[in-house]
Amino acid sequence: MALLELKNVTKHYNGIAPALDDVSFSVNEGEFVSIIGSSGSGKTTLLRCINRMVEATSGEIAFGGIVVSRLGKMELRQVRTKIGMIFQQFNLVDRMSVIENVLHGRLGHKSTLAGVLGIYTREERWQALRIIQMLGLDQQVYQRCDQLSGGQKQRVGIARALVQNPKLILCDEPIASLDPSSAKTIMDHLRSICTELGVTLIISLHQVDVALKYTDRIIGLNRGIVVFDGPPGELTSQRSAEIYAKEPKDVNIDLGERNAS
Amino acid sequence: MQADVFIRRRNNAVVFFAILVVLTAGSIVITQYDLQKGFTSFIKAFIWGASNFYPDAGSLRKLPDILVKLWETVLMSIAATTVAAIFSMFLAVFGSRTTRIHVSFTVIARGIGSFFRNMPLVAWAMILMLAFSQSSLTGFLALFLGSLGFLTRAFMETIDEVGENAVEALTSTGAAYFPVIFQAVLPASMPQIVSWLLFMVETNIRDATLVGLLTGTGIGFLFDVYYKSFDYHVASLVVIVIVIAVLIVETVSNGVRRVIL
Ligand SMILES: Nc1ncnc2c1ncn2[C@@H]1O[C@H](COP(=O)(O)OP(=O)(O)O)[C@@H](O)[C@H]1O
Ligand SMILES: [Mg+2]
Repeated sequence: MALLELKNVTKHYNGIAPALDDVSFSVNEGEFVSIIGSSGSGKTTLLRCINRMVEATSGEIAFGGIVVSRLGKMELRQVRTKIGMIFQQFNLVDRMSVIENVLHGRLGHKSTLAGVLGIYTREERWQALRIIQMLGLDQQVYQRCDQLSGGQKQRVGIARALVQNPKLILCDEPIASLDPSSAKTIMDHLRSICTELGVTLIISLHQVDVALKYTDRIIGLNRGIVVFDGPPGELTSQRSAEIYAKEPKDVNIDLGERNAS
Repeated sequence: MQADVFIRRRNNAVVFFAILVVLTAGSIVITQYDLQKGFTSFIKAFIWGASNFYPDAGSLRKLPDILVKLWETVLMSIAATTVAAIFSMFLAVFGSRTTRIHVSFTVIARGIGSFFRNMPLVAWAMILMLAFSQSSLTGFLALFLGSLGFLTRAFMETIDEVGENAVEALTSTGAAYFPVIFQAVLPASMPQIVSWLLFMVETNIRDATLVGLLTGTGIGFLFDVYYKSFDYHVASLVVIVIVIAVLIVETVSNGVRRVIL
């Protein structure tokens, strides 16, 4: 059964051209899906529409059989607790320790008062420590996040998402600000979260080779339109050129060059 | 195109300088300010100050009195600042772009900030004196209102700046409004907020002297009394004590800043 289903999702900001144009696809449980496309093609917008950090202009998004678009505030928060999110800029509270930042992932499950006071149960703290250990941050548990490297910060971000016990994790260019070796560590962790923990992941990426290597399925966006949706094996250089084409006619030019060489 | 930019920038500088010259010359002419007399009387004033305005052995006997009044003034400044900070914090959280409940709160908070900040302190003191006559309450309220305006604006900009990423991250986990404020916004903005608070205390100790002059309280009043009774030795001692007090407060708050930032 599909965990996530998008039907004719369109998003207009203020501009003339839509940021997302009639996007439809569904994602099954346990899939690792990448979204690729040049900068400004709508990757971030697409990910944010899923947990309604951005409101889609029209269309329907269903998560676990629930139509997210129509939910009230309380129910939306309920759904969000099941969806983790990982950011390019990590979005941690830099002045707080690793463990505190990870425990922030539990806030959605708590009463307002417990959340305000930052009171976590013994189980929650154990779970957080287990996840921190799994991601290889056991030496940094009580360190402030502003003392960590980029790769370590992103692992804290992953831990914060995992501690939610999510069914789905949305990753918005999680490796774009990292050096190659940290990026590899992060991608390896994400892959094993999918394979071993059975969590569904949707990740937006800049690098096609990373998408080809790690993910089960690739969705290509060009100016808000889905121009490719299939397994890595089907992403020929021609299809890839279509995804990154500035204008529709550019495709032929790109192809011409490729054939000539 | 590029050359245009440079020419425009140079022209802007020329125009700006010309306006400055015209304004200066214009205001000298309009106020019939005698430049030469201004300088000579400044020198005269300095000579008079050096020969009369210094503390002598006799004035030191008044030191305990002066210190009591100084202590009163310092406490009032701190009280006015901290009470104002509490109110400003609420206004700033509800008014900041990243944490507001509704756009109208931003307009209201900004309005309150601008109104109280732009009204001169002396005007506040005069108006409040009509209601509360010469009392320490008048001085307290004048400082309170001025601080409220300034701190609201400063806190709001701090939250706008530091809060955004972490707010986004915690909101996406399904956390409710108040847990997000207490777990992300306040911890992230605390160093800057404390820094603004210390700055406000310093400013208020200086301003409290002036307000005290008008409202007949604290160290400002003491200065006024001795000055008007031509006891320049004690009056100068009062000034020196104020300067030392401000320097001490500045040193202490710089120390605190170094620790927290
Ligand atoms: N908050 C916003 N307001 C207005 N336009 C936006 C906003 N966010 C994104 N856009 C526009 O929507 C388009 C898609 O942006 P985005 O989703 O950020 O693309 P990507 O993540 O692929 O770089 C871009 O043209 C961008 O300028
Ligand atoms: Mg983006």
